[in-house]
Amino acid sequence: MEEQDGVAIRASGLRKSYGDVVALDGVDLDVRRGEIFGLIGPNGSGKTTTVECLQGLRAPDAGTMDILGCDPASDRSVLRTKVGCQLQDSALPDRLKVWEALDLFASLAPGADDWVRLVEEWGLASKRSAAFADLSGGQQQRLFIALALVNKPELVFFDEMTTGLDPASRRVAWQLIEEVRERGATVVLVTHFMDEAEHLCDRVAVLRAGRVVACDTPGALIASTTAGVTVTFTCDVEDLGWLQRIPGVAEVSRSGSRVAIQGAGPVLVRTAAALAAHGLEPEDLDVERRTLEDAYLALADQPSAATAEGLAG
Amino acid sequence: MGPLWKMTVVELKLFVRDPTTMVFTFAFPLVVLVVLAGVFGNTPETGDEGEVAFRGVGPIDYYVSAYIALTISSVGLIALPVRLAGYRELGVLRRFRASSAPLVAVLGAQLIMMLVLTAVGSILLTSLGFAAYDIAAPEDLGLVLAGFVLVVVGFAAVGLLLGAVLPSARAAQGIGLMLFFVMMFLCGAGPPRDVMTDSMRTVGDVLPLTYAITVLQDPWLGFGWDVTGAAVMAATAAISGAAALRFFRWQ
Repeated sequence: MEEQDGVAIRASGLRKSYGDVVALDGVDLDVRRGEIFGLIGPNGSGKTTTVECLQGLRAPDAGTMDILGCDPASDRSVLRTKVGCQLQDSALPDRLKVWEALDLFASLAPGADDWVRLVEEWGLASKRSAAFADLSGGQQQRLFIALALVNKPELVFFDEMTTGLDPASRRVAWQLIEEVRERGATVVLVTHFMDEAEHLCDRVAVLRAGRVVACDTPGALIASTTAGVTVTFTCDVEDLGWLQRIPGVAEVSRSGSRVAIQGAGPVLVRTAAALAAHGLEPEDLDVERRTLEDAYLALADQPSAATAEGLAG
Repeated sequence: MGPLWKMTVVELKLFVRDPTTMVFTFAFPLVVLVVLAGVFGNTPETGDEGEVAFRGVGPIDYYVSAYIALTISSVGLIALPVRLAGYRELGVLRRFRASSAPLVAVLGAQLIMMLVLTAVGSILLTSLGFAAYDIAAPEDLGLVLAGFVLVVVGFAAVGLLLGAVLPSARAAQGIGLMLFFVMMFLCGAGPPRDVMTDSMRTVGDVLPLTYAITVLQDPWLGFGWDVTGAAVMAATAAISGAAALRFFRWQ
């Protein structure tokens, strides 16, 4: 049974065109139960179309999908009770109140969650009777997240959920996503924020021109696309030629008193040892780690069979 | 409560919170009725050669039933399509779809809302007619009520079709207002058809409001049941309703 094999989503060969524009050019995805799975990629790379197909909002031209053991195209009732969605580009009527929205959407799902609790959890208690149009961008976003959770879903899609949230609200949203997962739900997160994907996601798929060009843990993606580390410190000593001889160091560059060492392996420890051996103790010795953003940009720059227009679109 | 009921209650609340649509739906026909009463009074008049302007009845007896039909057409041609097209434009329908809201609840709520609104509008018009102008009571109340439901369903279907195919609230408003005023002036809710030119009458013959008015007016004024009109309204309901379901798009 699907329930036992630990797979929440299995999609293969998804294709979708809008007229001449190819949005999905054979997308393959496997999302495991209980993980937070990220979808990243440039605008027009097919992220939203992919989740719309998985949510049953669009029918793919070709390919197969299995969501919690069901086909979203034909089995909508399962989606209603097991899948929660927070959508990009959706809204509620201006004059609809917060509690009315939750009450209405709870009525759409048999066995819905107690929405009064959701109002508290998502910091909307003071806005219970506020009209949708009178909410701030962040409050509207939190309401949409609460609506996505109202049917106690096993699988939740968040499409750019933190866009429009202020930094503090973003951190709160991150905590709540982790809580959603801790309660046993699988989370699919579409995002433009690489720090968000790196912080939250167990695995990340990078889309480009309608294809998945990489799919792995953030750490593995970073390791596979970017080599090594950069160690920096400030030093007024003129002759630092010995730094070049540290094993693993590829390049030493200097800008005024600022020194940057690029290399691979335990460069930080070796540099620190070498500095100490030469009687130098800079207080700002630091290492710049590669981030998912570096990996993402490297993947976006890689030549591929697909046309470059997919990146611009 | 089921989704259909919840959605209907929400729609009615939203309508009450939207003063512009409320005024247009309820106050506009009342104001025009008062103006027409000031102009024509409610005494049946016959010309020198026996010609009649208002089917031989008092002008306000004529207009109250005509304006019940006009109120129904205003909700069906303007309020309902603007609401539905706006929902699509804003992504409200997408949001409903993602939660697997049944189409029957989304469209059914609009139909029930329209029945409630037009019933309120009709009661207001009739009350004003009785209180201020001593209009005649319906000759056959049962047939008037049957005609009312038929006309509401017919214009609801037209409204759902317009709301299903028009891309935005702005488009729905423009096209709805145009249809509304063309029908108002050519179907007998402005100048009565008795005083129209032949070409005006010919155009009026293909517009549904013409039949909506006589379906309500005939049993009210004692002219019997308008079989042709009822058939036209039923066909309008069936064809528009089927097309609305066929062409409905969630996004």
